[in-house]
Amino acid sequence: MNRFDYIRPATVAEAVTAASVPGSAFLAAGTNLLDLMKGGVVRPERLVDVSRLPGLDAVEALPDGAFRIGARVRNAELAHDRDFARRFPAVAEALLSGASAQLRNAATAGGNLLQRTRCAYFYDPASACNKREPGAGCDALGGENRLHAVLGWSESCIATHPSDFCVPLAALGAVVEIEGPGGRREVPLEEFHLLPGSTPERESVLSPGELVVALRLPAGADAFAAHSRYVKLRERTSYAFAVVSAAAMLRMEGGTIAEARLALGGVALKPWRAREAEAVLAGARPDAATFRRAAEAALEGAHPSGENGFKIELARRIAARALALAAAGTPERIPALPASPLAPVTGVALHG
Amino acid sequence: MSWSITLTVNGEPRHVELDDPRVTLLDLLRERLDLTGSKKGCDRGQCGACTVLLDGQRVNSCLALAVSHDGAEVVTIEGLARSGVLHPVQAAFIEHDAFQCGFCTPGQIMSAVGMIGEAQAGDDPERVRECMSGNLCRCGAYQGITEAVLDAQQRMGQDGWEEAA
Repeated sequence: MNRFDYIRPATVAEAVTAASVPGSAFLAAGTNLLDLMKGGVVRPERLVDVSRLPGLDAVEALPDGAFRIGARVRNAELAHDRDFARRFPAVAEALLSGASAQLRNAATAGGNLLQRTRCAYFYDPASACNKREPGAGCDALGGENRLHAVLGWSESCIATHPSDFCVPLAALGAVVEIEGPGGRREVPLEEFHLLPGSTPERESVLSPGELVVALRLPAGADAFAAHSRYVKLRERTSYAFAVVSAAAMLRMEGGTIAEARLALGGVALKPWRAREAEAVLAGARPDAATFRRAAEAALEGAHPSGENGFKIELARRIAARALALAAAGTPERIPALPASPLAPVTGVALHG
Repeated sequence: MSWSITLTVNGEPRHVELDDPRVTLLDLLRERLDLTGSKKGCDRGQCGACTVLLDGQRVNSCLALAVSHDGAEVVTIEGLARSGVLHPVQAAFIEHDAFQCGFCTPGQIMSAVGMIGEAQAGDDPERVRECMSGNLCRCGAYQGITEAVLDAQQRMGQDGWEEAA
């Protein structure tokens, strides 16, 4: 790990000023940042510790019906917040399907958005990576890339965004509240992460010094609570990143889908909201044929970035399964294996 | 520049002068406070051998910067037994043969103590396994670990054992 200066500002304004200096990085729990620093993947010259900043640790329903999550709220705390989990069960399930209990006790909501890709070539300073070193090339292209992106990738970067949390948040239209040198601004989560294009080193809309202070779910986002699921296929049962995942939410009216939300994880460098699929579902009957058509629409335009063509059909099936499970109803309790597509479910024809 | 921090470690206030902000909580415990029970396995948050309770919550001490936790309460494996009497989780690990080489055991036990405090798993072995998935055991003692955790949890409920932290 490189040497760095350590600064602990007392207010958000001080943190923004401190982090506006080039070479700075914000430190919250550090569960991703310290890992990257130990590997020499990133080498910030100064860490601005935001882990104690006041006013960023509340989970609260706002008077206008929106729901606000402070950036410092820990993953486990949010997932086990009863009011939050009742309103947004797919978000709670996604959180509990991610990382380990130890990491969920430490990692923050804001940090989850800003975690870096787990592409092995990004993590290996001996490999070429345009994200780590612009212009260096991409060793993932033509390398071990069976878990890489199938949507929205470019020749300069085929990595994926690793977050589970962000997938249902994108489906629910979450908004990111940002404090920066120019004041406060808000960005929809769908627009927060950037696709690689020719500048994969630029990962989000944040400018130097800008700090995520909260996430907000808009009023009405809890209308999907009765039919919400997150489904995540992993290469082992627990404590693994998604091969592909899907968040599905339905608002049912008299046996018909009145409104639907669908987003995919593990397929692109951002949580991938599938609005075309949502349009297919709106007004349709909740049956296997509908879910398959929606899944086809969700993966429209997908193509392999290497040895990962299988992920396209896998993502369709996980999307269709998430929709079928959502239609069956949100379980009263989060399953023993959160988000597992392999968990037995009664009353649902998973293979329609 | 130096950083002066105070931690409560296993109930005792400990004052440490850090000449380098890079020191993790794990390195501080092992190298500066001679508490070598917490193990350095992967040092990257993947194996759980370094698990301690930080302000009552189980975390990977290898991924916590010590300077960032000034004022915190830390409980390590050395702080569980009371007056020579093993903590119920420690006792259950022995009774259920829940280890072989023992390297991951302090982390497993601290994680189990944290898990029981979280009260999410109940008596469902599948939930216990899921809640303990952040602790790897290369000897593969998982069967015994699950039994030990379930048994200790039940006994702690009956005996009214309260954490000393």
